[in-house]
Amino acid sequence: MAWSDTYEMVCGVETHVELATKSKIFCGCTTEFGGEQNTHVCAVCSGLPGVLPVLNKEVVNLAIKAGLALNGEIAEFSKFDRKNYYYPDLPKNYQTSQYDLPICKNGWLEITVDGAKKRIGITRAHMEEDAGKLVHSGETITSSDESYVDYNRTGVPLLEIVSEPDLRSIAEVVAYLEQLVQILDYTQVSDCRLEQGSVRFDINVSLRPKGTSDLGTRTETKNLNSFASVRHCMEYETERQAEVLDAGDKVVQETRTWDEGKGITISLRSKEEAHDYRYFPEPDLVPLVIERSWVEEIRRTLPELPTERRMRYESLGLSEYDAGVLTSSRALADFFDEALSRYADAKILTNWVMGEFLRLLKANQQSVLDSPISPVQLAELLELIDKGSISGKIAKGVLEDMYATGKDAALIIKEKGLGQISDEAALAEIVEQVIAAHPQSVEDYRAGKERAIGFLVGQIMKATKGQANPSLVNKLLKEKLS
Amino acid sequence: MVKFVKISRQAVEHVALLARLELSEQEIGTYTEQLNTILDYAAILEKLDTSEVQPTAHAVPLHNVLREDEVRVSMPQEKVLQNAPDAENGFFRVPKIV
Amino acid sequence: MDITAKTAGELHDLLVQKEITSTELTHAFLDRVRRLEGQVQAYVTVTDKSALKRAAEVDAKIARGEAIGTLEGIPMALKDNMCTEGIRTTCSSKMLEEFVPPYSAEVAIRLQEAGAILLGKLNMDEFAMGSSTENSRFFPTHNPWDLERVPGGSSGGAAASVAAAEAVYALGSDTGGSIRQPAAFCGVVGMKPTYGAVSRYGLIAFASSLDQIGPLTKDVRDNALVMNAIAGHDRKDSTSVRFDKPDYTQFLGKNIKGLKIGIPREYFGEGIDSDVAKVIWDAVAALKDLGAEAEECSLPHTDYAMPAYYLIAPAECSSNLARYDGVRYGYRAEGDDLISMVRKTRAEGFGPEVKRRIMLGTYALSSGYYDAYYVKAQKVRTLIKQDFDQAFGTYDVLLSPTAPTVAFKFGEKSSNPLSMYLSDICTVPVNLAGIPGISIPAGFVGGLPVGLHLMGKAFDEGTLYQVAYAFEQHTGFHKVKPSTKEVAAHGLE
Repeated sequence: MAWSDTYEMVCGVETHVELATKSKIFCGCTTEFGGEQNTHVCAVCSGLPGVLPVLNKEVVNLAIKAGLALNGEIAEFSKFDRKNYYYPDLPKNYQTSQYDLPICKNGWLEITVDGAKKRIGITRAHMEEDAGKLVHSGETITSSDESYVDYNRTGVPLLEIVSEPDLRSIAEVVAYLEQLVQILDYTQVSDCRLEQGSVRFDINVSLRPKGTSDLGTRTETKNLNSFASVRHCMEYETERQAEVLDAGDKVVQETRTWDEGKGITISLRSKEEAHDYRYFPEPDLVPLVIERSWVEEIRRTLPELPTERRMRYESLGLSEYDAGVLTSSRALADFFDEALSRYADAKILTNWVMGEFLRLLKANQQSVLDSPISPVQLAELLELIDKGSISGKIAKGVLEDMYATGKDAALIIKEKGLGQISDEAALAEIVEQVIAAHPQSVEDYRAGKERAIGFLVGQIMKATKGQANPSLVNKLLKEKLS
Repeated sequence: MVKFVKISRQAVEHVALLARLELSEQEIGTYTEQLNTILDYAAILEKLDTSEVQPTAHAVPLHNVLREDEVRVSMPQEKVLQNAPDAENGFFRVPKIV
Repeated sequence: MDITAKTAGELHDLLVQKEITSTELTHAFLDRVRRLEGQVQAYVTVTDKSALKRAAEVDAKIARGEAIGTLEGIPMALKDNMCTEGIRTTCSSKMLEEFVPPYSAEVAIRLQEAGAILLGKLNMDEFAMGSSTENSRFFPTHNPWDLERVPGGSSGGAAASVAAAEAVYALGSDTGGSIRQPAAFCGVVGMKPTYGAVSRYGLIAFASSLDQIGPLTKDVRDNALVMNAIAGHDRKDSTSVRFDKPDYTQFLGKNIKGLKIGIPREYFGEGIDSDVAKVIWDAVAALKDLGAEAEECSLPHTDYAMPAYYLIAPAECSSNLARYDGVRYGYRAEGDDLISMVRKTRAEGFGPEVKRRIMLGTYALSSGYYDAYYVKAQKVRTLIKQDFDQAFGTYDVLLSPTAPTVAFKFGEKSSNPLSMYLSDICTVPVNLAGIPGISIPAGFVGGLPVGLHLMGKAFDEGTLYQVAYAFEQHTGFHKVKPSTKEVAAHGLE
């Protein structure tokens, strides 16, 4: 019996998103990923005695933008607070964050699971600084005799987005995260490179007997950075909690970590202390007063969001599935829209984008942004098919060449001599030669064997190396033979 | 309103852990006594009705002090590590964390 | 007369007239430091080589016929909580005994650009916590007026160095009275500017919402000159204010006829030494002679300022000092694991007063007590501010003693933290309200200096200088120099 027959899951997610600024939140160091250890560091972000923070305006702009895209209320008065705790990746041993007056509250986004739409509440979104990175001498933190600290990531701006505990299944959680990341990607609030850790999820989950409304004791699993690990981690953790409850025991409220290799969550319980963050207003920063004109200015820069775009694509006659795939990333949707502005048949375009184009990207392990084929180039190729310059079959080969060389379709067709023979006079000559060379087939056809015409077409295509315009060949043959 | 209460020896030990101070038995005793003396003195604040008063975090009421998003040169690694009690390969080194 | 007795204003004229060179002047001060330090112990670090190098550069500039600024070529020193690139900055703590900052505080940069000659770094109470400089990790500084007595604190080294003419002027920092109280104890002029008037960038923080850097000088004119050099907006400090910075010397010599002075009666309560109070009332009489109108007034929430301060300052300090964990810089003790290393480092690296305040502040911020202590104290801060706002509706400046007593003897208060804290009772409300305050020499009790404390409206340092200068020129107390035989023997009349 699955646990879901007995229990209902209640889940809320805290998402940490790196904001797409050039410099850190409180100093001018670069936010660029990578770099040799401790080289993207200055007096301010390494927390030297005497230094002071100055807030990066773009961090506030992006936080407002994300807040608006998530249908949140942007605070008129917001401030920073210090969250005090000791950890060696935190140079000041406090994190500058926001406590009681976050920049955004009461947002929501809509997910669709099994065709059903559901609104997921977003409690708040607040700005804070990222911590540094620890490298352990052993395989894990517990098996290491010492650890090494790199402060390059320290002070990279983060937006922490806290959902309401509205999620009731793993599918809903994943749908929520996909939708959230899509919105952040569309608004370009973050570059959303999950593999580089620029989006991280903390999953709060508890179980309760079906039909009850009291919340069960929850655990928090921190720092997941892919949808797959969220899914696997939740499968494990819900199962684990169900076993604890089935045995009549109580779930311990605690922080856990996901061990990807072993596929289990592990308790991070500290015997040392219960957390007491001792939040208080950051005296080194002054509050934010956010005039409505500032919010409106940013609202004007909001792009069309994924839901709106899906609806637009569906109105063009695309299926819900196709619209979903095309809008799965802003880059792909932008590619599609740009091609669409040149080539108006949305359905044909969709088939090519979702078929050959995505296949090529996947085969080359590249993203849309890396594509050597521009949307205009793809549109031009489709125009050439429509004009009859090449057949659809040949076009697939041309697209591969375009991918490999970056050349325009027309150039490849010319260089390789792939253009279709649509010249009626030229074709007529070849048709007559083929008829003359195969009297038996001609006779068969005239005797009523319709299939014989297929053989003749094949011979004509062979003679033209496949470049004859097939519909023109058919037309000419029928004329000559009738 | 919350009353000012005596701080116990156990509370002092807990605070010492939060503040990452290792205190001797004797120091715990001394601090328990001294903190209570100071907190007794501070208890005069209880007399004051501040229910209608807004707290002041900053003496000078500034807001929206912001900088442009411009990258500036970071410090060279050797300068970052120049005061490190223990460093190796460009990293700060710390003992076993857990 | 020894040139070390002269003010910055006088020395500037001598440099311009080529009566002396900056090198000679710097040598004179370095000699005096060498001779007096055995008794006074104001310096933690003396930077003689770099000082002489800087002096030679200024001399070369003068020799080339170039104009020099008012503070150019003049020797001074900084309290050792202001970061100086390449020069050890200790906060008089074992924790930072070997810390060499890779950057300089904004004030250090501004003074360097003004051509100042840095003689060295000055002793203080550890991390600026204390009122006697007895909390220095290294040694106590002695009061040049009586070597058995404390110079006050926490900027005790700064006040003593100026009083003993071991520097022409010094910069101190003031969180609850740490410039003004030692200035009073040592008979010099000390200004705590409006919060936000001087950049805190590079000042090693004690309590961020209260800390402010200011000058300690021999007279009011020098004080205004140094303020001219250090005040003004700094983009690196978010709490720094953009304001129209005046030339502070323009207020000197303006008469004070009709100026309204309020004397808050709460500042003359029990605990104020009656002889000190008498000196202050004499000062009031002198100001009236000069045409000012003075009357008693009330700042009704004054009694609540000290307890509020002793919750807010330790709370901020507990967070500001969390970074000293033995990982990135500073002292590090051995430990089996991270937490024991950090706890031992902090136990061994900090002195008792610093630990006491960290404990108090951590407790005040901890869950369950935050509202009762920290929020309550911040609300009281609002009331203190409102008291001042109301008083400044009527008065141009407010007046009180700087400290309740004259300089006390070593060990007299160090066993009882609370009695030590109360020596800041007249100065603390000014920090809570963020307004400027100045202490100027106002007479003597038993041969020890008494400071007159003037408090002004935010960013109205000008009026404080106006009144202070008028009083100083009228009374001349600033001209009386320490006469202990150790100090007097070295050339001061």
